[in-house]
Amino acid sequence: MKFIHYLESIAGVGIYPLASLLIFFLFFTALTVWVLRADKKYIRALKQIPFPEKDHTQL
Amino acid sequence: MSTTPLTGNTNNAPQSSVSDEKIHGGTLQADHFFYDNKIVKMFAYATMFWGIVGMLAGLLAAFQLVFPVLNMNTAATTFGRVRPVHTNAVIFAFVGNGIFMGVYYSLQRLCKARMFNDRLSRFHFWGWQSIIVLGAITLLAGYTTGKEYAELEWPIDILIAIVWVAFGWNMFGTILKRRERHLYVAIWFYIATFVTVAMLHIVNSVELPFTWLKSYSWYAGVQDALVQWWYGHNAVAFFLTTPYLGLMYYFLPKAAGRPVYSYRLSIIHFWALIFLYIWAGPHHLLYTALPDWAQSLGTVFSIMLIAPSWGGMLNGLMTLRGAWDKVREDPVLKFLVVAVTAYGMATFEGPMLSLKNVNAISHFTDWTIAHVHVGALGWNGFLTFGVIYWLIPRLFNTKLYSIKLANWHFWIGTLGIVFYTIPMYWAGFMQSLAWKEFTPEGTLKYQFLETVTQMRPFYMMRGIGGTFFLIGALIMIYNVWKTIKAGSPVEDEAASAVPLTKTYEVHSKEHWHRWIERRPVQLLIGSLVVVAIGGLIEIIPTFLVKSNIPTIASVKPYTPLELQGRDIYVREGCYTCHSQMIRPFRSEVARYGEYSKAGEFVYDHPFQWGSKRTGPDLARVGGKYPDSWHFNHMYKPSNTSPGSIMPQYTWLFDDDLDTAVTAAKIRAMQTLGVPYPAGYDVRANADLMKQAKTIKDNLYDSPEKINIPENKEIIAVIAYLQRLGKDIKLEQKTAAQ
Repeated sequence: MKFIHYLESIAGVGIYPLASLLIFFLFFTALTVWVLRADKKYIRALKQIPFPEKDHTQL
Repeated sequence: MSTTPLTGNTNNAPQSSVSDEKIHGGTLQADHFFYDNKIVKMFAYATMFWGIVGMLAGLLAAFQLVFPVLNMNTAATTFGRVRPVHTNAVIFAFVGNGIFMGVYYSLQRLCKARMFNDRLSRFHFWGWQSIIVLGAITLLAGYTTGKEYAELEWPIDILIAIVWVAFGWNMFGTILKRRERHLYVAIWFYIATFVTVAMLHIVNSVELPFTWLKSYSWYAGVQDALVQWWYGHNAVAFFLTTPYLGLMYYFLPKAAGRPVYSYRLSIIHFWALIFLYIWAGPHHLLYTALPDWAQSLGTVFSIMLIAPSWGGMLNGLMTLRGAWDKVREDPVLKFLVVAVTAYGMATFEGPMLSLKNVNAISHFTDWTIAHVHVGALGWNGFLTFGVIYWLIPRLFNTKLYSIKLANWHFWIGTLGIVFYTIPMYWAGFMQSLAWKEFTPEGTLKYQFLETVTQMRPFYMMRGIGGTFFLIGALIMIYNVWKTIKAGSPVEDEAASAVPLTKTYEVHSKEHWHRWIERRPVQLLIGSLVVVAIGGLIEIIPTFLVKSNIPTIASVKPYTPLELQGRDIYVREGCYTCHSQMIRPFRSEVARYGEYSKAGEFVYDHPFQWGSKRTGPDLARVGGKYPDSWHFNHMYKPSNTSPGSIMPQYTWLFDDDLDTAVTAAKIRAMQTLGVPYPAGYDVRANADLMKQAKTIKDNLYDSPEKINIPENKEIIAVIAYLQRLGKDIKLEQKTAAQ
């Protein structure tokens, strides 16, 4: 019961895992880069959303 | 908001807030509106009510395993029917209402808007409660699909889909009319929950009705197992985890009076969690007849899941940094801290259990039961209790009646969890090792029944732990009741906020993630794509490829009588205690026979592999005992197996088999691809009666001279049990000849 055996039986199925891995990898890398580079003030403001009485909206 | 916990805020005073529109736009007038607290209150009451019901059903099931007499010798009160009521009540009634309670409270505040439509809110509430009531009644009446945590039959499945869409509609309506530009991370978790549960429910519930309350799963055998555990695992992920993480991200900061520790971490762990979770389902099927690649995929993704799960746990606990002194005094925080810790423990244990070598020991034992109860009692239970203690004083503009009682609840509940889980871990480990132990001569050391009777003290202790937990919940209800009596309900809480401007002023350092944060519909589509990728990769190969499930020539469709017997097996919930899956271990092959092959299950709609062996595996029970043994055993299990904890099934001896539906069943099976000859539906009952007569004659020819009419249900059950696993035995016999 080899992984490749099942995948080979579907025409062009090899693209599924590759595509999904690629999508996830690119998305996740971009996400991490964005998160690390995001404006500190902006992040601080987002954190404050549950506390509307404080002025959190210096976006 | 007051940072002093357990103190109601001054609810009637409009909260003023400044928005970016004011800063950038200058002159916008604030809207005055009201938050709908009544719907939150209704869901809170339902949460508490169904929590007690679910726990009581659990206690009954727990003690039935110690004292079989508690099965009360009635169909509706037998373990096989009570256990699904317990699991469904706790998951969908207790936690389900808990989700809606928390979402309806926090979403309105995070969006600075009343819920989209009050009627939709009420429809959602009453719709959900009707589903629960109908679910409980039908399960006790024996209407079940036989698929764990998805047992409800097709009309209720449709109702669930409708009510779930109403919830999503209401949620998105609220999000679209919000007065806060950015969607706080809790809302992302709510959206992912809505999207994924909808997908899971629809895919797993594809079934073919043959009466107005009964259906067959569209999938068979291996496919059915794969879809079911893809669903089952992700029901844990997207019903018991993501919505509660959303609640954690709102209520923990509120109770602690400080923002979440790391918002950046919350973003990363959100996306990682929803992507990875969806792939992990096959870890429930290790060492089964499922293709090896799918098993490995499940394990790899389960291990990876530790990272985002612990990201969430650490984010929750670190929110309390510098505020741990509050935890000492505030019962709300105590509950939340234990909940998050339990989440961390369960999400570390889960990946460990998905390692094949650990799973070889843990699977089919009470270890799994302990694992899920760390999650259910600790994470879901305690987080719900924490939120209720925080919410109720605020919904009634008063203080909590008694902090002391809440502390009592906390301690008795914590002890309850400890008393529940430790005996179950011990029992699971002990029983698994006993199953695998051989004598120096090379034979199995213990009879299965011996390993069951050894479990009874542990089951007793577990029942006591559960009782503690229930007493704690009752203390909470008393406390809540007294609090409500002292306060006055604030059903519509006044608030004000500046509306959003139509155009959004783009800031200098705009990044793409900000774009998605402002767009709930795109976030919905994005999360659907992310979870669908995982789901499709797992399922497409097994769906499309015939060769994936090697066909075995000797495997034939069930005879009409066997099919009827199988449906009774499903109806009575036999799968809650008996597996039909022999794993390729020496101990299992020695005990049960040749290990199970994927091709043996091609006609099983639904599959009945089970997940727990309170009783022995039945995959090859066919031909192991004479018909009369099954007859006596089902009538009173202790007759043939002294010390057995199996319930009696006396009604099977009184009730006539419903042969009027045989034709419909055969036609349904034909539609699903089971190769009965054309026109067989009309001839099926003749074959059925012939086979029933043979069994009746067998029983009469036994030494006991058993005399029972051939139209009783027990005859069909015997036919089915005697068939189990025989196809391969036949093949071997042929080969030997």
